Amino acid sequence: MKVFSQLKKNLKKDFSNLKTIKVALLGDTATQFLNQALRATGYDIDYNLDIWEADFNQVEGQVFDPTSELYEFEPDVVIIFLSSHKLVARYNKLKPGQSGTMADMQLAQIQNLYESVKSRLKAKVIFYNYQEIDDHVFGNFANKIQSSFLYQLRKLNFMLMEYASNTPDFYICDLSSIQNQVGKQFCFQPSVYINTEMVLSIDILPEVAAKTLDIIAAINGKFKKCLILDLDNTTWGGIIGDDGLENIQIGALGIGKAFTEFQYWVKKLKNRGVILAVCSKNTESIAKEPFEKHPDMVLRLEDIAVFIANWENKVDNIRTIQNILNIGFDSMVFLDDNPFERNIVRDSIPELTIPELPEDPAEYLEYLYPLNLFETVSFSEEDAKRTAQYQIEAQRVVTQQSFTNEKDFLKSLNMLSLVEPFNKFNTPRVAQLSQRSNQFNLRTIRYTEADIESLSKSSDYFTFAFTLEDRFGDNGLICITILKKQTDDTLFIDTWLMSCRVLKRGMENFVLNTLVNSAKEHGYTYLKGEYLPTAKNEMVKNHYKNLGFAEQDGIWILNVNEYENKECYISNK
Amino acid sequence: MEDKEILETVNGIFIDVLDNDDIALTPETTANDVDDWDSLNHIQLVVAIERKFKIRFGSQEIQNWSNIGDMIASIKAKTA
Repeated sequence: MKVFSQLKKNLKKDFSNLKTIKVALLGDTATQFLNQALRATGYDIDYNLDIWEADFNQVEGQVFDPTSELYEFEPDVVIIFLSSHKLVARYNKLKPGQSGTMADMQLAQIQNLYESVKSRLKAKVIFYNYQEIDDHVFGNFANKIQSSFLYQLRKLNFMLMEYASNTPDFYICDLSSIQNQVGKQFCFQPSVYINTEMVLSIDILPEVAAKTLDIIAAINGKFKKCLILDLDNTTWGGIIGDDGLENIQIGALGIGKAFTEFQYWVKKLKNRGVILAVCSKNTESIAKEPFEKHPDMVLRLEDIAVFIANWENKVDNIRTIQNILNIGFDSMVFLDDNPFERNIVRDSIPELTIPELPEDPAEYLEYLYPLNLFETVSFSEEDAKRTAQYQIEAQRVVTQQSFTNEKDFLKSLNMLSLVEPFNKFNTPRVAQLSQRSNQFNLRTIRYTEADIESLSKSSDYFTFAFTLEDRFGDNGLICITILKKQTDDTLFIDTWLMSCRVLKRGMENFVLNTLVNSAKEHGYTYLKGEYLPTAKNEMVKNHYKNLGFAEQDGIWILNVNEYENKECYISNK
Repeated sequence: MEDKEILETVNGIFIDVLDNDDIALTPETTANDVDDWDSLNHIQLVVAIERKFKIRFGSQEIQNWSNIGDMIASIKAKTA
């Protein structure tokens, strides 16, 4: 990671071609350096953070005043940084007997701040939790005294987690975790604090900025979806082809323990929805043997969505994996113990994230944890099923090859789609798809769960969520459209996005048939669509043209009364 | 350490932190003479000097300097 003085050099660079995100930064201590660190870190991941910084200690003044600069600025993201040092100051002033209520009072204040922001802005709020300050007034006994500062601070951090878990647009940036990782001496420099009111040391700024940007990037749909694993000396110790099944290192003994613990971590990622792929220089049957037969293996074949083991070069193999999964290289992480392989792959596919694994496998996890590779802003039950869906996709690819005619293939799939408006059961998945879809996404408008909920209640919109299943299995909810009532005769297609898992199934035709029928049913004549280009959605550039819409000043128009249902092989469920 | 040697090292730190190769400090140089040497960057400079010389300044000390010469005297006293 760059140090602050290196990072600052970014500030002189040209931000004009980068995606702009408006960020408001409010703190109860001096935040000028944090401001610089955030903007400079944003540059390295292609964001132009347009940061408005509140004057020193103006959090309440800005948030509670409806006419403040904060609301005039209309940020996409509001970052609120209330420091532990100011929390101590507040605690110091409490009357005896009130000390035990600090956490409750502070949380109420934070809730007020959040609700006030949300009532006036559509922004996401990022809140730093509290770094621990142990004043040792009670020593270890503080853990038994509810009114101690340490007790109240930890309680507050826990209450913040509870609050965040029920408040979709309230995100916590885990400053406490950063301090635990590197130590308070590294995080906090007393002389800087006394002279400048800055509570973050210059050394820790890049870490804090990076962790904040992780959240901002994830909110904007930029996060990792897939982990590609090498096998020998990455997933287990030793070389399966040379050492044989009995002699690879995995299990409770010696260095085997490091690989077992690594595999448990990977398995948890998989259960969270990260897609696992294997890319190994090996004979396939030999490489699969441990997954099938070794009693100590944590990962099993059913955990791996795409398994590629051969003697071809890894660059081509990773391209194949990318092809099957149909996600961007920038959403994939490749772990390989061999620096030579890493360098070759890095040279050919620079977008791929390739951590420099330490030489000693004992250090793999401690190295990987703080990299925070797998930030996310959503989690739904569908996530856990993702691997099975990609395995099914691999089967479909094989079946497709046996049909010479695409129509026959599509017919043979017996596809069914359930079409429903947004409701409380599909809201988490709808929001998630809105965050994750980059390629098949006409306007790339991101909606959170809270947004989806309010859309579903609004009478200005018609909302549609589509599932798709076939004889191989269920893809789940894979497509969303949102129609906005624009005029008495026109519906505007605010959102049309689809998971790339179901490309080339005729889903577009099915969706358009559905939209047209609904428009007619409600007495509308025109559907209007728009394509907003991004770096990733070129695949749908001609979407409306291909579906028979006519262009008028950059807007695509379809008269539903002249529309004939398009051919498709999907039936309503 | 000689004053001259300290001055050269400090000069290098200024060039690096302020990202400006044209900086040439003398004992008489003040913040007004150097572009971008504002109160904010001053903090960054102080922290970088502390690290380079492996010293710590008192929180009041750094506010009493009027020019580079004072800064060098402080460094010299702590590294002697």
